[in-house]
Amino acid sequence: MPTQAISYFDKLWLQIEPAVQSNTLNFWQTIYKEIYSNLIKDDRWLQYLNGLSVTIKVSFFSIIFGVVLGLILALLRLPEVKDIKYRKTNSALVNFFKYIGISILKLLSKFAGFYIQLYRGTPLLLQVLIINFGIFGTVRVDKIVIGVIACGLNSAAYVAEIIRGGLISVPHGQKEAGRSLGLSAIQTLNKIIIPQALKSALPAMGNEFIALIKETSILSYIALTELTKAGDYIRSRTYSAFTPYIISGLLYLVCTLTLTKLISKLEKRLSASDLH
Amino acid sequence: MIYTKNLEKYFNNLHVLKGVNQHVKKGEKVAIIGPSGSGKSTFLRCINLLEQPTSGQIIFEGEDITSAKCDINKVRQKMGMVFQQFNLFPHKTVLENITLAPKTLKLMNKDEANAKAEELLKRVGLIDKINAYPRQLSGGQQQRIAIIRALAMNPAVMLFDEPTSALDPEMVGEVLDVIKSLAVEGMTMIIVTHEMGFAKEVADRVLFMDEGLVVEEGKPYDIFNNPQVERTKNFLNKIL
Repeated sequence: MPTQAISYFDKLWLQIEPAVQSNTLNFWQTIYKEIYSNLIKDDRWLQYLNGLSVTIKVSFFSIIFGVVLGLILALLRLPEVKDIKYRKTNSALVNFFKYIGISILKLLSKFAGFYIQLYRGTPLLLQVLIINFGIFGTVRVDKIVIGVIACGLNSAAYVAEIIRGGLISVPHGQKEAGRSLGLSAIQTLNKIIIPQALKSALPAMGNEFIALIKETSILSYIALTELTKAGDYIRSRTYSAFTPYIISGLLYLVCTLTLTKLISKLEKRLSASDLH
Repeated sequence: MIYTKNLEKYFNNLHVLKGVNQHVKKGEKVAIIGPSGSGKSTFLRCINLLEQPTSGQIIFEGEDITSAKCDINKVRQKMGMVFQQFNLFPHKTVLENITLAPKTLKLMNKDEANAKAEELLKRVGLIDKINAYPRQLSGGQQQRIAIIRALAMNPAVMLFDEPTSALDPEMVGEVLDVIKSLAVEGMTMIIVTHEMGFAKEVADRVLFMDEGLVVEEGKPYDIFNNPQVERTKNFLNKIL
């Protein structure tokens, strides 16, 4: 920001300062006072932008973390894994490893179910506090990393259920068609089931991403200066109850609306195969 | 080529196949008819292990494919299957549908797979649909694509599970024509069907199944004109 612009704002401020002192501001002057004190003075707009960048960083990495972990959890919850059958072969060694592998897989599948219940059934705030003060209580870790871990772990549980819904929505015949062509279970999943599942899960997934962006505001509890905390911090300096929060809110809107646009673009592109 | 020995299948407590012993020779065309719930589809689906048989054996080209040592994915590459509901991949174009398996399994490179797909598409007269998506095609067109998708793997045997049952009547013919042309070329085929005229025309042998057993089998002419078993007679009376 060029210094001239600042001085112009400062000039305006000096003009209305007598009215501020005597508390005789008119409507437009009040508005200018709010904007000046909450945005311009001491370069406070920079604090919002810093908060915004933290929010975007945490959201971005949480979404990626959540989707990867969520996909793994969803796959573990598939009936194919839950009811996997142990077929004996002639070699005792192969049998042994098969048995161990399948047992571990089944255990992981159970754990995935338990994990999803646990994370969907407890408040995010509580999870954040436990991870911050409990797990990382004695270690110095960047708050952003803690935020990503807490939000990502939470989001994964929701993403898992969304993807599971998508996987269920793919007709059974698709799997049979893939397998009947000689594709392995994993190839069928990769090339045929998952692309279709993700497509039908996309709208719900978009909701989850938007919810996640908003929920990162909870991280202000652990003194991570993201967008909400940045606004709150300025409120504590200027004693304006509305303006800083409204500015933060507008910036959240910018993020969520951009994401909504991106997702609907993606939906349009993926629906090329739906055209008649 | 394919032997089934005492093939049995339970769905929980439901005894669907009660010991089916069959031998399908190379180049033979076998039509399976019978009332719904008789186990004919289940029998067909057991042959490429889409249903795991509860007991019994299936020997394909000398290999027991029900044994745990057998790599079922390798076996399925040699068994083309066509479903009642086509089961094309809706997110893939016609070309991608056909080339997906040969390319994924590295049986052909991209150019070979594309060339093969084009050759097959020309054969069934759908070359102009090469970049269409399945939803843009009629049922008959989809089923013809499904057939050549299976053929692209160069299978040794083709399994048809009621290939025309989900089609509008005016589209049945175009699909049957493709199957007939395969028959003429000498492809080994097992067809579960309700099209009696088609079975009569194409099959070398007709199996009549009821309640999980092959009740009667023989040349199409004998089965349709001179059935020996009471249940076969009843069934044919109802539908012919």
